[in-house]
Order: sequence, then C-alpha cells, then structure tokens
Amino acid sequence: MSDPSTSVLIALTVITAATPLVFAAIGELITERSGVLNLGVEGMMLVGAVSSFLCVHVYGSAPLALLVGMAGGMVMALLFGFLTLSLQASQVATGLALTIFGTGLSALVGQSLIGVAYGGLPKLHIPVLSELPTVGPLLFQHDVLVYASWLLIPAVSIFLKRSRAGLVLRAVGDSHDSAHALGYRVIRVRYFATLFGGACSGLAGAYLSMAYAPMWVENMTAGRGWIALALVVFAVWQPGWVLFGAYLFGGITILQLHGQGIGINVPSQLMSMLPYVTTIIVLVLISLNQGRVRRNAPAAIGQAFHPTT
Amino acid sequence: MIHLQRRANPSKLMGYLAPFIALLLTLAAGFFLFLMLGVPVGEAFRAYFIDPISDSYGLAELGVKAAPLIMIAVALSLGFRAGVWNIGAEGQFILGGICGGAVALYFYEVEAAYVLPLMCLAGIAGGMLWAAIPALLRTTVNANEILTSLMLTYVAALLLSFLVHGPLRDPDGFNFPESRLFHDAALLPSVVQGTRLHIGALVAIFITVMAWVLLSRTLLGFALRVNGTAPRAAKHAGFGQAGLVWFSLLFTGAVAGLAGLFEVAGPIGQLNSTISPGYGFTAIIVAFLGRLHPVGVFFAGLVMALSYLGGESAQITLNMPLAVTGVFQGMLLFFLLAADVLINYRIVLGRERVA
Amino acid sequence: MFETSLLSNARRKLLIAAASAALVLPAAVQSQDALKVGFVYVGPVGDHGWTYRHDIGRQAIEEKFGDAVETTFVESVPEGADAERVIRKLASSGHDLIFTTSFGYMNPTVKVAKQFPDVKFEHATGYKRGDNVSTYSGRFYEGRAVIGTMAGMMTKTNTIGYIASFPIPEVVRGINAFSLAMRKVNPDAEIKVIWVNTWYDPGKEADAAKTLIDQGADIITQHTDSPAALQVAEERGVMGFGQASDMSAFAPKAQLTAIVDDWDPYYIERVQAVLDGTWESTDTWAGIDSGMVAFPGYGSDVPDDVKAAAEVVREGIIDGSFHPFAGPIKNQAGEMIIAEGEVLDDGVLLGMDYYVEGVQGALPK
Repeated sequence: MSDPSTSVLIALTVITAATPLVFAAIGELITERSGVLNLGVEGMMLVGAVSSFLCVHVYGSAPLALLVGMAGGMVMALLFGFLTLSLQASQVATGLALTIFGTGLSALVGQSLIGVAYGGLPKLHIPVLSELPTVGPLLFQHDVLVYASWLLIPAVSIFLKRSRAGLVLRAVGDSHDSAHALGYRVIRVRYFATLFGGACSGLAGAYLSMAYAPMWVENMTAGRGWIALALVVFAVWQPGWVLFGAYLFGGITILQLHGQGIGINVPSQLMSMLPYVTTIIVLVLISLNQGRVRRNAPAAIGQAFHPTT
Repeated sequence: MIHLQRRANPSKLMGYLAPFIALLLTLAAGFFLFLMLGVPVGEAFRAYFIDPISDSYGLAELGVKAAPLIMIAVALSLGFRAGVWNIGAEGQFILGGICGGAVALYFYEVEAAYVLPLMCLAGIAGGMLWAAIPALLRTTVNANEILTSLMLTYVAALLLSFLVHGPLRDPDGFNFPESRLFHDAALLPSVVQGTRLHIGALVAIFITVMAWVLLSRTLLGFALRVNGTAPRAAKHAGFGQAGLVWFSLLFTGAVAGLAGLFEVAGPIGQLNSTISPGYGFTAIIVAFLGRLHPVGVFFAGLVMALSYLGGESAQITLNMPLAVTGVFQGMLLFFLLAADVLINYRIVLGRERVA
Repeated sequence: MFETSLLSNARRKLLIAAASAALVLPAAVQSQDALKVGFVYVGPVGDHGWTYRHDIGRQAIEEKFGDAVETTFVESVPEGADAERVIRKLASSGHDLIFTTSFGYMNPTVKVAKQFPDVKFEHATGYKRGDNVSTYSGRFYEGRAVIGTMAGMMTKTNTIGYIASFPIPEVVRGINAFSLAMRKVNPDAEIKVIWVNTWYDPGKEADAAKTLIDQGADIITQHTDSPAALQVAEERGVMGFGQASDMSAFAPKAQLTAIVDDWDPYYIERVQAVLDGTWESTDTWAGIDSGMVAFPGYGSDVPDDVKAAAEVVREGIIDGSFHPFAGPIKNQAGEMIIAEGEVLDDGVLLGMDYYVEGVQGALPK
C-alpha cells in the first residue's frame, strides 16, 4: 500500500471536519421536516459527547459508547419534546434553553474526565477495496461513523421521498391540521422526528469526543451545533444538500488553514471568515431557484399543535 | 392519566400566575438538585435570588446586565411576531460596538459634547448596516435570514478580533488586543452615582414603552402582529411582506447596535475582542420568555439577568461550579416556558374524552 | 506581626459587613479568621489548558495552608462588562487576595483595586500595576527556546508546524523564541504558522495539526490549550510538545517534552506573603529558574544528544549564559533588529509584534 497523496490527505481532514456537521444537520433536518424547530443541537451534541466518552472510559466498549452517546442526545430531545409538544412551550426558546442546560449538564458530568485519554475509534478497513490506490484511503479506511454518515444521507432521502412514513412526516410538517384531519398522529410523529434528531446530534457529539479529537473538554463542540442548524436551511431541507453543505463548509475551513500554512499574506481573522461568507453566497445562489425552496421548506415549522377535535 | 384540555378563552389569571408557579416549581426542583449535590439548599437560593440584588450596587448591576438584553429582546420580539427570524442580533450588537467605538477612538482627547451623540449614531448605523444585509438578501432573492444573520454574526466577531489585534489597538498598549481606554467625553455618564448604571437602562424602558404603543396603537403594530399568521391582513393594512422584513431587521439592528455602543462606552470603556457575552443570543430566549410582549420581555430580561448574577454569586459564596448554574438556569427557563401552557390549557386528570 | 494582620483582617470584614448591611455570608461554610483568596478564570476549569493550570495552583494553596486559607473561584468570566462586577464582588465579600488570571481583566482589576485599597490584587500577564495591584506572568518563551532547540535537531523535513491562537505579543514571542533557538542548531529549518483564532476548540486544533503535517511538518507545536494536536501527531507518527501541562497521557510516543505552566510556587509564595504581612506590589516575570516554566522530562524517543543540547539551553537560561533573544536577530525582511552581543530588553519583548527571520506568514497590523 503506497502512501496516500497530499490531496487525499487533505480530503481526509475535510471528511473528519464535516462528519459531525452531517450527523447533526441530518437529524435536525428530519426534526424540522416534521414541523419542529429545535435550536438545542449544540446542547444535545455536548451531552452526546460527554456521555459516550464517559461510557468508553468506564466500560471500554466503543460500540456501547456510541449507543450511549445517541441515548444521551435522545434524552435531551425527549425533554425538548415533552416541553414543546406535550406542554406547547415555545420551540425557539426551549431549544436555546436546552443548549444552556446541556452545556452545564455536560460540564458537570464531565468533571472527572478532564485529562483522560482515549485512543480513538478504530478505523475499519474494508477488505480489498481499502487496498486500492487513492480511492482506498479516501473512501474505505474510515471509522464506523464516517461510513454511517454516508449511508445515512441516502437512507434519509429515500425515507422522505419513497416511504409512507416519510410521506406522513412531511405531511405533518407542512400542515398539522390537514395531517390531523387525515387521521395522522401529529404529536407522535413529531416526537419520533425530534428523538431522531436527538440521536443524530448525540452521534455528532460522540464523533467529536471519540474520533475527531478523542477527549473530553468542556464546550468542545465549539459552535458546531449552530453551523449544523444553518446547514439545514442552506440545504433547503434536502438530505443530499446537507452533505454538500457540510463538506463545503468543512472544505473551506480546511483550505483556509492550508492557505495560512503556505503563507498567504492575509490576516488570519479575514481568512477565517471565508467559510461563513461562502455559505451566504452559495445560499443566495441556491435561493434563486425559488420553486425548490417552496417545495421543500416545511410550512408548519415552529408552530405548536394541539388536537382540538 | 393527565392530559391537557384547551380553555375556551386564554386565562388572564394564569397569564399572571404562570411565572410564579414556574418559580415555585424551580425552587422545588432546585431543592432536589442542590440536595443531590450536597449544597446547603437555603443558602443556594439566597445566593441565586437575593444576594445579587441585596444592595444598591447589586441592583444597579442588574440594570447593567438587563439593559442590553431588554433592548434587543423587545426589538427582536417585534420581528418574531411578524415571522422575521433574525438570530443575528449578536452580530448587529458587535457592529454597533465597533462603529461607535471607532468614532470614540477617532475623536480621542476631543472634549466636545458632540462626541457621544455621534458615537450613538455610528452605533445605530453599524447595527443597521449589518441587519440590512439579511434584509436585502431576504427581500431580493428570498435568502433565509436565519442562515444569513447567523453567519454574519461570526463574521462580525472575526472583524472585531481583527480590528483590536490590528488597526484599532492601543498604540501605547504593548500591542495587546484592546483599544485605548475611551476618553471621558466618550464615556456614558453614570445614572446613579457610584454605580455603573448607564443611560441604557432608561433607553431600555423607553423602547419597551415605545414598542408597546407601536404594537397596540398603530397600524404598523397591527401589521406586525398579524403578518406571522395572516400576511394578507398585513398587506391589507398597507404593509407588504418586504416592508415588514426591512422594518423588523433594521429596527432590531439599530437597537442592537445602540446597545453594543452603550456596552463599550459604558461598563467596558474601550474596545476589546469580547465585548458581548452572547447578549444577542440570550435576548432570543428573553423575547420568548416574555411571550413577545414588550412588558413581558422587560420582566423576562430582569429575570434572565438575575440568573446570571445569581450564578456568579453562587460561585463566590458557595464555590458552586458554573456547570451547576447552567443546569439550574436551564431548569428555570424550562419551567417558565412550560408554565405558560396553563394560559391556554387546563390540566385535567382522567382519560381524555373525545368531544 | 502574624497576629495583627489577622486582627486587621477581621476588623476590615466587620467594616465591610457594616457598610453593606444586607450582605449575606453563609456562616456555616466559612470560618472567620481564614484568609480568603479569590480567583477569576477566563475559561472553564475543565479546559485542560490555561485555566485548568491556574486551578491546580489554587488547589496547591488549599493543600499547603489547610484551614488558614479559603479559596474561591469564578470560572468562564467574559472579559467584557462582567469582569468588573465579579472582581468587585470578590473584593466586597471579604476576599483578601484576588488573582485575576487573564489579560482582559487588566483594566477592571485596576479599577476595582482603587475602590478597595485594603484588598490585594494580582493580575496575570498585564502591565498595569498599583499600590495594591501586582502583575505576574511566566517567561514561557524560555521554554520555547528549549523545545525549539530540540525541534531543530530532530526535524528531518526541516518544517515545523506551529498552531497559534491569537496574534498577541505572548504568542508571537513564543514563535520567535522557538524559531531563533531552532535556527541556531539548524539554519535550514522553517516554521509554518496557522492561527486558529481560538484558545480551545479541539476539533479545529486537530484540523490545523493535520494541515501542517500534510504540508510537510514532522514536528508540531502549539500555543492553544487542548491536547488535540498532540493526539494527531501520535496518530500520524510525527512528534510534538505538550502545552501548559504534561500531555503524555494523550501522546505517549509523540510528546518529546512539554512546557508546563506551574503557578503553584508563585501562588503559595504570595499567599504566604499576605499571611506574613509582607505582601507588596511587585512585577514578576518568572522563567525556568523560578520553576514557573517547568518541564516534565523527555519522551522515550528523544536521543541523548538532543537531551544534552536541550539541557545546555535550559541550564544556560537559568545561569544567564543563554538568552533566547540574544543578538544577532533579523526580522522577516532580513533587517537587523539587534546586533551581536546585545539582548532585547523586556519592554520590547512585552510588546513584540513582528516575526523574526525563518517564520513564514504575516501578522495583522
């Protein structure tokens, strides 16, 4: 096996940077398509990160730790669902409060984990394929979560477009009243969608603390939950575009680091603006196609629902 | 089983009672939290709710902390009612600080009465400029303002960092990342002697009253109120979608920018790279906590500010880590938000009957 | 002496209590005669970096003095309007000695100190002092000279990756000290700098480390808080240095050594001074000789000749025979900044805002 070329190595760095964004954004996408806006992604990610790291530290089992990370995110999502779906609290405010709560809770749980080392998720080399030049290291030598993030995108896409459940989900997100009239259980659907979002955010957090930078430090998500939220809008609520958006954002971030490394003579703060500015510009381009935006944006997003009849 | 039953009319009584019910629930939940962590419960509550405002300095600090929150949240709530999702008030706040602060530094050592008003204008202009970008992109190409305003917040923070590390840094400050300390003529006077309470507190009250009048007494207020649910009615009142988007964003930008200028010309007194501890984001919670009603937002701002001061005081008097404050603050917010369910619903025991 | 200082403490507490009658002090937790020491932190104690090390120092005080002191800390205090309130609250709640541990607390510390002349303040990394305000910092650049020497000898690609936080003098000074020492032993070696614009974001630090390795760096060093860069080095089979604390647990093979911020001796000394009544406003900029800049020992892969050379530099700094900023020093443009036989003085070092020869990239002006 020959050493991968520099461009492959750069691509690998981009993949790592984009993967947590993919997970968090795809989860939020499903949540939002059911008509629920959960701004607590950052908080759910932190709880996912700390719970999976705690688990792997105590029990030493990576698969179990990933499940626990998912569960951590889901518990937070359940709390959010109870407040907003069962008690009709404001989704926007509850989501933000969830982030405050999750930041504190994860710090509290993680107090004993500062300075604890973990070797990181093992890389799973796919037999035969991973031996291929260029393509091998690029696509077939990753940890399980990277593969999962790639499979998740088509799975969610097919689910939304082709499955009955996906149809129901979209119906609930577009008009809960009509969906209710058709006999769908609006609240139940939204609970499931919210929990799925929590599980994905939990995995996104787990990816950070188990693979990206295997450790626990407070606030280690460093705003990635917010980027994920922006990416859902950027993707116009379409799974494929989430992948594109996450890799674009990750790619520009890494490229500006490379730009600094080769000595481009621009102040680093201005270089660091690039991913954000690019995202805005691309969104403007995407928005030019208004038909697509209208087709995919969930109309009932953020609105509370209570069956009255 | 417990279930919710919609009231025929929203309960006025519960409107007033709900926050107090939430407070009682928070105390109950806090009781167990502190018990679990082995913290003396009575002292913890005293540290959170009483210590911070037990003297005039503490009360003034509550005003210092609450003023920007209230200013921004009141302005945001107008836009949220109209369905304009500006979540970039943080960036608009920072731009206000940058522009107003730059004026202060440009007129360094100029002892003139026009310096402060000029700074205020620059702060307002800076905030409006930053809010105009999402407004323009929304009204021309329909680019979603959630994304644009949020991304611009990061850009604003990096811009501030660049400026205080470079062009605006103190020439006599050993190249540390902060500006000169503003000259006296560029500093907000204290409203109460011996405290840091500044004119921002009065402006916060003024904006609250103004927003209340606007919402309840004017046609624009009507259009803002109905636009979120019935844009056609708003149009009928003479306000199109684009106009309301521009108004909501520019108004919030102006107010957030002014708040940013107040922060740098008031309690901070210079530009540095961390002029906001996240006021623009916290204000979003405050707006909803106050049910998007100016008066509600005003009190929500005070509660939110108190919860931050309480967290500091709990760390100082009880050595309680900040993490506990986050958990406690989150619980408080959850209860406050959830208790509002009582306004429109009553809780009924027993199985739900299908009507 | 000891007795009177305690008496005056107690009296002052009474006065403060009387002045703000409603001030509540939980009596159960605090004994009345213990010296109260407060800390203001810029990050969470769980950052595993700057704040974490200061908190270790606080714990050292508790361990050393037992019941004679009580310590308090407030973490993640933003360097904006909140700082002044927190510092003032510590001062008004009976704290006798207050450490404010980030540069951004300079002006609030000085302001509050004027209002509380009887309280002693210690501000880290700043330059404004007063009758009751001391400043202290570590000459961490001395440590950079030691690791720069090691990097220069051990690099095979002649490219060193440097992950930097913000372009402040402290960081620029570290880069320059590293570069100068490195080029003394290896004139062909160069430094690539990446600014990540954050003190800690493990993900981004890891990204920067990977980027630098991809650009040919075989040694990574960092002026950010987390061990993420070292973890990457370990995984990719290159070498690196720990920052602020010994990070060998995260990179048992890759860590060649670490520059440890050891505040313990200074904190203990200053508390002792207050207890003895000998505290005075001072300006401390302590280096390797004081123990504030410490090393945990060398990694197993460090060859003996590199160890020996590093020791020569370390001991030279202690006995004064080696100065990290001794001339001749040229800037990036090749212009002579200081001639042979002279050394840059502390004032110049304090405000350093240019790169020396051998560093790639530009600084914001």
